[in-house]
Amino acid sequence: MIKDRFGNLAYQLAALLLAFGVVSLILISVDASPSETYKNIFKGSFGEMRKFAEVLVAFVPLLLVTAGLLVTFSSGLWNIGVEGQVVLGAIATTWVYRLLLESGLPPGLIIALAILGGMVGGAIWAALAGILKVFGGVNEIFGGLGLNFVSTALTIYLIFGPWKRPGVASMSGTVPFPDEFSLPLLANLRISPWALVIAFVGIVVIYFLLQGTYFGLRLKAVGKNFRAAYLLGIPTWQYAMYSFLICGALAGAAGAVQVAAVYHRLIPSISSGYGYLGLMVAMLINYQALWAVPVALFFAALNIGSIQLPIVMKLDSSLSGVLQGVLVLFVLLAAGVRQKFGRKAQ
Amino acid sequence: MNVELKNIHKHFGSVHANKGINLNIPTGTIQGILGENGAGKSTLMKILSGFIQPDSGSEVFLDGKPVVMHSPADAIKYGVGMLHQDPLDFPPMKLLDNFLLGLPGGIFPNRKEATQDFSLLAREYGFTFDPENYVDSLTVGERQQLEIMRLLFLGARVFILDEPTTGISAGQKEKLFATLKKFPEQAMTVIFVSHKLEDVESLCDRVAVLRGGELVGETQPPYVTSKLVEMMFGKEITLGERQPVQTGGVVLSMKNVSLEDVRMKVKNVSLDVRAGEVIGLAGMEGSGQGMFIRACSGLMRPVGGRIELKDKDLTGKSYHTFKRAGVNFLPAARLEEGLVPGLNLTEHFILAEEPKGLFIDRMMGQQLAEERIKSFNIRGKPHSTVESLSGGNQQRAELALLQSPLSLVLLEHPTRGLDIESVIYIWSKLKDRCKTDGAAIIFISSDLEEILQYSDRVLVFFNGKVSAPLDAGKTTVEELGQLIGGKGWADKGEAHD
Repeated sequence: MIKDRFGNLAYQLAALLLAFGVVSLILISVDASPSETYKNIFKGSFGEMRKFAEVLVAFVPLLLVTAGLLVTFSSGLWNIGVEGQVVLGAIATTWVYRLLLESGLPPGLIIALAILGGMVGGAIWAALAGILKVFGGVNEIFGGLGLNFVSTALTIYLIFGPWKRPGVASMSGTVPFPDEFSLPLLANLRISPWALVIAFVGIVVIYFLLQGTYFGLRLKAVGKNFRAAYLLGIPTWQYAMYSFLICGALAGAAGAVQVAAVYHRLIPSISSGYGYLGLMVAMLINYQALWAVPVALFFAALNIGSIQLPIVMKLDSSLSGVLQGVLVLFVLLAAGVRQKFGRKAQ
Repeated sequence: MNVELKNIHKHFGSVHANKGINLNIPTGTIQGILGENGAGKSTLMKILSGFIQPDSGSEVFLDGKPVVMHSPADAIKYGVGMLHQDPLDFPPMKLLDNFLLGLPGGIFPNRKEATQDFSLLAREYGFTFDPENYVDSLTVGERQQLEIMRLLFLGARVFILDEPTTGISAGQKEKLFATLKKFPEQAMTVIFVSHKLEDVESLCDRVAVLRGGELVGETQPPYVTSKLVEMMFGKEITLGERQPVQTGGVVLSMKNVSLEDVRMKVKNVSLDVRAGEVIGLAGMEGSGQGMFIRACSGLMRPVGGRIELKDKDLTGKSYHTFKRAGVNFLPAARLEEGLVPGLNLTEHFILAEEPKGLFIDRMMGQQLAEERIKSFNIRGKPHSTVESLSGGNQQRAELALLQSPLSLVLLEHPTRGLDIESVIYIWSKLKDRCKTDGAAIIFISSDLEEILQYSDRVLVFFNGKVSAPLDAGKTTVEELGQLIGGKGWADKGEAHD
């Protein structure tokens, strides 16, 4: 077993090296120095406290989304709709804010209710994908993808329709709410410690849920063999629905944090693609909750670190996406090669 | 076309599916291939049609010339075409497009010419098809005819038909046979694979019988049914005294139960099963016994009739309701349906306990696993994943998952692929459970000796027909073999109890 782990690590490392190798080749082909690029990405993410805080701002929603996806992946579901669930979380949070801003309730309570509302919103959106899957026979990938488009359209409609700014509606989003209604930030930094707490609570709860509870064990059984799980007496479709709800709630929390701690309003691209990025993180860590924190942090750092590439090196910041994508592809490829190779060796 | 198979061997891992088969099929004959499930018929036919490659040293000769076929496309080039049990067509497409698909040719098919060829060929063989019609509007029998036409058009000279009479009507069967009987006139060879004695006897010029991967005999008309059955199933072996158990009250009661799926209908079965009783279900795979056993467990909803468990009406209820009433189903596909690959033995035992509470009690799980592993003699550790166990140990693990209390156990091929030691062990465990829990057993097996040895009563299935329950102490392998092959049904009737 230890040897098995070690072998696995060797394949992962090889995949990592190959991914950096391929990206380096791409960089060389456009006459950019790979080492300088990586150095700039590192400096742009960990170089100073302000930048590291930005990394954490990206890390929080990414970790929450990844935590949620660990649940759906455990039950064998490809919750592509997670992106839309983030968006609905943001919409629901904004909605609760709009309802309660004038209510005179203490700001702390309003914030808590708004975030809870976001979780409920995400869960409802996930439940839709689940209902389509369980009762309509619509594959959750297609259902989720469709719902993602609907969620984007809904955001735009709200920003330019019922929730538009007084005067003229704009792509910059709805009216920002006053500062006292946002999650408190660390002095001079954009990161809220509360957001970090929410993210860590999320991943820890999911870790224990999957590792230590009967619920998690049943989810895994459903994910690994639907038929056998049913014959063992597990109500399979109910468990599929539970996992959609949990993932939706966590994705909704990610959207809520985007509104309550980062943007203080609803903007068109509120999810910033964290849903899709979370899918990549979940695949990369092979659905092991333990690795979610470092890998999500790494991906967040790549995102933030590449922001300054256009200024410093005249490279497009989408390079981080290329690196992330290539990395996931190589890790999956390594797993495939390993399986094939391992089978032959037997 | 003359087909000669010389010394055909095929291994799948440790399974020796074809053991040196030699068979010469002269031009212009209809050759029947008989054999029970797993006799090696399909393997041999897949080799001849290029689907799989035989082990080295095996040789195939067509008209005296040695050939090596790497794919079905290769085979058709040599003139060998195979008609599969499930027609390999494309239901949402038009007949003509389906017909054009396999043809060699450029990017733009000549539809007009193809339509002409199609109609010409159809007329020649007496088929009536509209080329603009869609495949999914055809019956299974018509799809077979379409497939035959396609193979003819591709220039097939040797036709392999794998169980072609399953799922088609009597009229269509007659038509199919009439078509096939025309082939020898044109020097074409037909190889007809079946387990239906009647079909083989009425159609084939000669018959070869396979058993356990070997060619055990060849005969020509007139056929003696009892001799064919003996060749298919082997001589009766005595396995020692049967031990009938004292039976108790009625556990399962089926009243005029009718079942239906796309291929098959099982009509009006009535049966009472008593506590402690063992019922064996015999028949070729897919003759209706799978539907029957699933209906007994709530996995398949009957279209008519009532199913009662200990006087409680459970008709139309789900498997989980049946399970709560003490019914357990152990499927044949252990790793596909019975166990969860990736989870270990401890986790399986924990799941089967249906524990309450939130956090997993690891101590309890470990204890439970050690206990069960010991009492069921499983060669594995509590943390062994189920896929790492051997087949026999997977089967023991499945048995160890049976719930308590238990009123009815349903098993599909409980001992398939197991060594004799495991077979005896598993049956002794099952009989024990029957005794202590007052449970009944219904099981499917293709091993007639197993059925005769362990059951009290036997139901034979043939093409959806169900025989009256036969007393296992009085019936014989010979009688079961005939019934499985569709003979001797007149006096057995369908209604019973």
